[in-house]
Amino acid sequence: MAIYAVVVSVIVYTAYNGSQSMGYNWQWYRVPDYFYTLTDEGFQWGEIAIGLIKTMEISGLAFALSVALGLFVALLRLSQLVVGKAMAVVFLELVRNMPLLVLLYLFYYVLGPIFDLDRYTASILCLGVYHGAMVSEIFRAGIKAIPVGQWEAANSIGMSQAQAYRFIILPQSVRFMLPPLTGEAVNMIKSSAIVSVIAVAELTTIGRNIISDTYMSFEIWFTIAAVYLVVTLILSIASSAVEKHYASAG
Amino acid sequence: MSDNAPTIQATHLDKFYGKFQALKNVSLSVQPGERVVICGPSGSGKSTLIRCINGLESHDAGKLVVDGIEVFEGSPNLRQLRQEVGMVFQQFNLFPHLTVLENLTIGPIRVRKIPKAEAEASARKYLERVRIPEQADKYPSQLSGGQQQRVAIARSLCMETRVLLFDEPTSALDPEMINEVLDVMVDLAESGMTMVCVTHEMGFARKVADTMVFMDNGEIIETGPPSQFFTQPKTERCRAFLEQILVH
Repeated sequence: MAIYAVVVSVIVYTAYNGSQSMGYNWQWYRVPDYFYTLTDEGFQWGEIAIGLIKTMEISGLAFALSVALGLFVALLRLSQLVVGKAMAVVFLELVRNMPLLVLLYLFYYVLGPIFDLDRYTASILCLGVYHGAMVSEIFRAGIKAIPVGQWEAANSIGMSQAQAYRFIILPQSVRFMLPPLTGEAVNMIKSSAIVSVIAVAELTTIGRNIISDTYMSFEIWFTIAAVYLVVTLILSIASSAVEKHYASAG
Repeated sequence: MSDNAPTIQATHLDKFYGKFQALKNVSLSVQPGERVVICGPSGSGKSTLIRCINGLESHDAGKLVVDGIEVFEGSPNLRQLRQEVGMVFQQFNLFPHLTVLENLTIGPIRVRKIPKAEAEASARKYLERVRIPEQADKYPSQLSGGQQQRVAIARSLCMETRVLLFDEPTSALDPEMINEVLDVMVDLAESGMTMVCVTHEMGFARKVADTMVFMDNGEIIETGPPSQFFTQPKTERCRAFLEQILVH
């Protein structure tokens, strides 16, 4: 923690010094207006706040998609179906070995025109698929962590594969999955910034737009970074609370 | 299926794990209501045999018919079979995320589709029978090993199975808890349940077994009633085994 503080202060000091020597004109007083304004016309959300909501919306929907897709791929991979297993592995290898940016271009410039996807939908699908691959590995590890005796006990009372998953295996896997899943949610919020390259109006795009209007690149980028940091920190804190809850539940 | 057909009929079973042959030409017949105790040194194929009987392992050759259902890998009738054949494991394998009562009722409710109230009533009855009715609302991790194994037995009983398989049910228990589990098993045996039991508890075997089976190296070496099995074993290997475990 102490090292972290030192590193941060060095960066801030260097940035400040550098900006002084290049005669940068700091205008921090203008930043709050981009969160909200309170005028005679009443309260209004600012651009950054709206961008943040868009980021959360995209990340949230994409995360829901990645959980559904991840569960499906994980079950397929763990199944006895030869074709299903092969499909799951091909999907995983394809997605994991492709840069996210390239995957996004594929969704927007290739699949977009074919399936008539707007940039917003293409972004959600792309992020959902990309993180779905990661999430499926989390699910697979969580399911594999359950001792084989649990399967045998479930089978020996006549449960089907689906019933064993639903009533016995998955409820026990959740505690293994939750910590890495929240980690993946944090990653999702961070990688959602990449959709700014196809001009979806989320936090990062908004930041860029404000800068091109005002030239306040230092203030705005610091602010945007801080907003991401606050959101992901809140998620991390929530996740460790959930983790503690499960640990004490035995 | 006629009434006098055997409950379990295994003929010439072979089972391989890679190149290792775990079962060699094993044939065994268990009549309704019969209590069979299988013993033998570790690695002799006892557990493999019992796990084949409810399809947890699949045999590679031979024929196995249990309760009128032929058992083979990928059989669509395996689930139906398992509703008739209960299994008690060495490591209990209780569901740790469910209470004792839920452990007992999840099978009847989800598999047999019995109404919850009815399933709970019968679960409490069986908890009474294994002598731990007061533990119904605890989680498995809060119970002793002996109590956990009795819950596991009750879980099988709740499925109202016709056959119970026991795979070394007392081997993972501390010595002072073995008897509480054996008492329950003796009680079951006396009620006429068909039982196949892998165990080293020879006192128990003497008391309840109709038939003793001795296995070594994947083969059934000797079969006979306990009276003859314990006093005049026919084979040298069986005699040597019995001497080893009975001396102490």
